Amino acid sequence: MAEDRDTRSDDGDLYGLLAEFATPGQLVHAAEAVREQGYEKWDCYSPFPVHGLDRAMGLRDTRLPWIVLGGGLTGAATAILMQWWMNAVDYPLIISGKPLFSLPANIPVAFELTILFSALSAFFAMFVFNGLPRMYHPAFRSERFRQVTNNRFFITIEAADPNFDIERSESLLRSLGSSHVERLED
Amino acid sequence: MGVMTAEPRPVVDNTSDDPTRRAALVLGGRDFGSVSEVVCEIAERRKPTTGWYIAFAISAALTGVLGAMIVYLIGTGIGVWGVNAPVGWGFAIINFVFWVGIGHAGTLISAILFLFRQKWRTGINRFAEAMTIFAVICAGVFPAIHVGRIWFAYWLFPYPNQMAMWPNFRSPLLWDVFAVGTYFTVSLLFWYMGMVPDLATLRDRATNRVRQMVYGLLAMGWRGSNRHWQNYERVYLILAALATPLVLSVHSVVSFDFAVSILPGWHTTIFPPYFVAGAIFCGFAMVVLLAVPARQWFGLKDLITLRHLENMNKIILATGLMIGYAYFVEFFVAWYSGNAYEHFAFVNRQLGPYAWSYWIMVTCNVISPNLFWSKKIRTTPWMMFIVAVLVNIGMWFERFVIVVTSLSRDYLPSSWGYYKPTWVDLLTLLGSFGLFFMLFLLFLRFVPMVAMSEVKGIMAEADPHHGPSGPAAGAPADHGRVKV
Repeated sequence: MAEDRDTRSDDGDLYGLLAEFATPGQLVHAAEAVREQGYEKWDCYSPFPVHGLDRAMGLRDTRLPWIVLGGGLTGAATAILMQWWMNAVDYPLIISGKPLFSLPANIPVAFELTILFSALSAFFAMFVFNGLPRMYHPAFRSERFRQVTNNRFFITIEAADPNFDIERSESLLRSLGSSHVERLED
Repeated sequence: MGVMTAEPRPVVDNTSDDPTRRAALVLGGRDFGSVSEVVCEIAERRKPTTGWYIAFAISAALTGVLGAMIVYLIGTGIGVWGVNAPVGWGFAIINFVFWVGIGHAGTLISAILFLFRQKWRTGINRFAEAMTIFAVICAGVFPAIHVGRIWFAYWLFPYPNQMAMWPNFRSPLLWDVFAVGTYFTVSLLFWYMGMVPDLATLRDRATNRVRQMVYGLLAMGWRGSNRHWQNYERVYLILAALATPLVLSVHSVVSFDFAVSILPGWHTTIFPPYFVAGAIFCGFAMVVLLAVPARQWFGLKDLITLRHLENMNKIILATGLMIGYAYFVEFFVAWYSGNAYEHFAFVNRQLGPYAWSYWIMVTCNVISPNLFWSKKIRTTPWMMFIVAVLVNIGMWFERFVIVVTSLSRDYLPSSWGYYKPTWVDLLTLLGSFGLFFMLFLLFLRFVPMVAMSEVKGIMAEADPHHGPSGPAAGAPADHGRVKV
């Protein structure tokens, strides 16, 4: 546990429980059980994406790809309109007798901007959907949680969950094979 | 610590192609913890080795030479280069195409091999991507300085200006601006995003305040949440799907610079696929060239195994054959078209004043990769290193042959000429290598050079069904697993 934790008052600002697991198999198994107990405000943590964990947690498929589609369409439209307006409307310039606006000549730039806008929207949407950057999280107060980016697996159940009961939730996590359960303060 | 496999690991040679068993991609009996340890330790050493300092000093000095040559060029004028009346495109374009080509392997490894579920990519993708970014930076220097009045280079971008003018979007040179700009941006996003979980590892291991702050900021508060991994993996897949056509498009657009003109030897429809194959060819050769010493010096032989190197060598062999085929088809078409100018252009390449460069190119690009038919050469680091160097030389000369032979002798014999680079050209080229290696050495020093979270994800222990603690029977036993 974090040493500086004691400097804060102990007036019940409990965030939840943090349980540590040793293997991906245990984590998936535990996640299935926690989901079946009807918890909603809880999460799993792992050093790498664990196969099958989304299903074990019962997560809905992410809607993020729609954002990317929107970004891509915006890119394509921007590129075509930009090239048409700049070369055929605002500054018409005849070069080698070529038409002022023709789709084939505008495809390369349209393609590149489609990719660029899609990639930028995918990248930023990932951080926005995940609520990052967020430098503080109650789990960071746990010394053991540092191993989450190394070789350990964790589950948190939040006290804000309607099903949460400190004794019952703790014994559930222990019964699922957690080697260490601790209380996290916010 | 972590989970050890139940069975012993007898395999040291993982290059065997025995189809009955899956070749190990992480050797040395490593578990998750020791993967983090071996990779992070490189970026956590208080002082790098003497060899690193020497290499850094040399490459930083060469970067200084590059800077000095650019200052000299701007201060004096484009006449300090060897470009002349028929050959208006000299080293600048050759080097640009060369470096952009090098930059293709990184995104190929990260994107295309990802889509094909080639798990061996995880050992090498991080530094191949870094190499891509640095190669594109080197490439970007040349178009900027070759425009002549470089203080107007920003005219390439469509921005509202007091002249009320817009760039000409029907020019392949402008397509280049968009293609290379997009490529650089997307490669950087891909690289950075892939690194976020590993930066979090460095943050969590950091022992002093500065490292905690810097890696902490860069890691954006990543905490390995599965709700985050879900979005993260989806975006990674989407970026891979976007980067795949992008890789193919970038060198296609670069080849349009040539193919859209009407010069004999340039005006051919084979250019886009031929350029892309060449880019992958020399890009992989550069990855091998960097990987062989890096895995040796930093003790990463368990993660970047001989199998990784051998797989890359096979790709070099395959793309080398494509290049040889493209050279042959160009010739065939020049003859079959019945066009006297095309015909001349190709005979001139073989027998004209630049025949020496043509034969260097053929020796290095067509003959040398065939050494990789031998398994011994494919799996011996110093031998593959030599082939990789030859391939890079050959690919630089390929661009030299394309640019210089066609320009120096086009339609009208009275305007023929001979192009010779000056010392400024040569030092600028050398300096660009300095810039490339300097950036690469900084990368090796401060950033995890192997994608730890991805390597952990392909280890046998990462499968939830591995070992005795897996969930109860009934779950599919082998879903999502693909043989490498």
